[in-house]
Amino acid sequence: MNTVELKNFCTEVRRDIINMTANAGSGHPGGSLSVVEMMSAIFCTQMRVDPKNPRDPDRDRFVLSKGHTAPCYYGVLSELGFFGKEEFTTFRQVHGMLQGHPDMKKIPGVDASTGSLGQGASIAVGMALGAKHLGKDTRVFTILGDGECQEGQVWEAFMAANHYKLDNLTVVVDNNGLQIDGSNDEVMSLGDMAAKLRAFGFHTVEVADGNDIESVLAALSEPTEPGKPKAILSHTVKGKGVSFMENQVGWHGKAPNEEQRSQALKELEG
Amino acid sequence: MSEKATRAAYGEALVELGQVNEKVVVLDADLAAATMTVTFKKAFPQRHYDMGIAEANMVNVAAGMSTMGLIPFCSTFAMFGAGRAYEQVRNSVAYPHLNVKLAMTHAGVSVGEDGASHQCIEDIALMRAIPGMTVICPADAKEARRAVFAAAEMEGPVYLRLARLATPVFEEEQPFEIGKANVLREGGDVAVFATGLMVSEALEAAKLLEAQGVRAAVINVHTIKPIDAACVTEYAKKCGRVVTVEEHSVIGGLGDAVADVLMGKVHCAFRKIGVQDRFGQSGKAKEVLREYGLTAPQIAESIKAVL
Repeated sequence: MNTVELKNFCTEVRRDIINMTANAGSGHPGGSLSVVEMMSAIFCTQMRVDPKNPRDPDRDRFVLSKGHTAPCYYGVLSELGFFGKEEFTTFRQVHGMLQGHPDMKKIPGVDASTGSLGQGASIAVGMALGAKHLGKDTRVFTILGDGECQEGQVWEAFMAANHYKLDNLTVVVDNNGLQIDGSNDEVMSLGDMAAKLRAFGFHTVEVADGNDIESVLAALSEPTEPGKPKAILSHTVKGKGVSFMENQVGWHGKAPNEEQRSQALKELEG
Repeated sequence: MSEKATRAAYGEALVELGQVNEKVVVLDADLAAATMTVTFKKAFPQRHYDMGIAEANMVNVAAGMSTMGLIPFCSTFAMFGAGRAYEQVRNSVAYPHLNVKLAMTHAGVSVGEDGASHQCIEDIALMRAIPGMTVICPADAKEARRAVFAAAEMEGPVYLRLARLATPVFEEEQPFEIGKANVLREGGDVAVFATGLMVSEALEAAKLLEAQGVRAAVINVHTIKPIDAACVTEYAKKCGRVVTVEEHSVIGGLGDAVADVLMGKVHCAFRKIGVQDRFGQSGKAKEVLREYGLTAPQIAESIKAVL
């Protein structure tokens, strides 16, 4: 997929996010919109996956540790053909395939059930360690929220990633700067995240604009050092692409109404 | 009768299992010498992963490894594995029904000297409340060995409750099938359902009662979930009096599991013997068990109260 195609893919995913959350009248558009470029680029340019054979044992693995941004995940998987867009109407509905947070038992393409923050990174470490144990060349990707890094377990996982030299693991922190109660700095300061990631032994790449597809591709294609897990600290804009949602704390976990949906989709026509 | 701790049997069984099943890996949280996974570590150093003092991470790493086709046995003390990492077990192991075996040692007050902070008396309640979790509490070393193999054979999450204290090993090998209770002693006056280390105490109590003319049936409920409802119902009806014995809080444990089966269905006298809504404390294991009324003579006295 070339850069233009990838940009179009991202726009489609953004429209999916708006439609899914508006249909459900529920969900998390803000953090879904901030992570679109990174997740799309990981799936479209990095991962060895086959939508026709989603349980292929030799596939690469992806864990959405910030599980509440499931609308982006479902959008990406659907655009790739893991399931049809008609499933979007089941998002957050009783008997729906698309649960509020990713459910690996129900959704083709989902490798781990997540949603409770702080746990996905550890699951990804387990997958990367399991792959090493089995002598497989599987690569494992996980995306965390910045606020999520306030969970102590995240740092337990980071310690283990370094201890077991998991150079088949890429950890992305989607640093959009906002969480439910306000900015990270108001709620609980994260300090110098890049320095912290380096101190925990990661080959660390910082992306100044994580919503710029070229920058994201450059960060993803940068090789890590042997024996070192890789971290990408991606600075993004929460609500990216929808003017009235950008950098607004209030859009963390609120769905657009019909009027807002129309406006958002209009803006996303480009 | 020889004595051996179920944790010791666990360590040995892991080695035996490791020899025949190469998918088995073991994770520990800096307690390998106490949980006895060290036995496996010596035999298979490349298949034993120490995750440091970070139980939450360990449980989720085990979850991730299981999705790669491995069978992780994950061990620490029950307090930390079922307690501290409860939510990791609930959300990342049980909700996706992953093939992770949680073998937690040092359950109950028989931990002894370390005291209340290390004596988990709530783990059966916690694990039993999780949908799809299998909960097994072996009565002796032989049963612990069989439980390890049975856990590995079944697909899905299993909680194995193991003890620190060396306790009597039954001379006769009992059959072991997950979900099927074993009747160890027949009797028609009272049905005594026991689990874990309390099985041998309950048997001793039944002998004491026999000398006083009371015939107590003793049933080893090694699987607390799924519980053997047919057996529980049959013996409750037959005896009309039911007593449960566990080295666990009387809230949410075996007693409540048995009560759930009988409530509204079988009319019988009922009593739960266990830790009566208190924390544990330091002391020699056998003295602590006595303090909590969990020795054979005390159990016999408690059983008499329902006659």
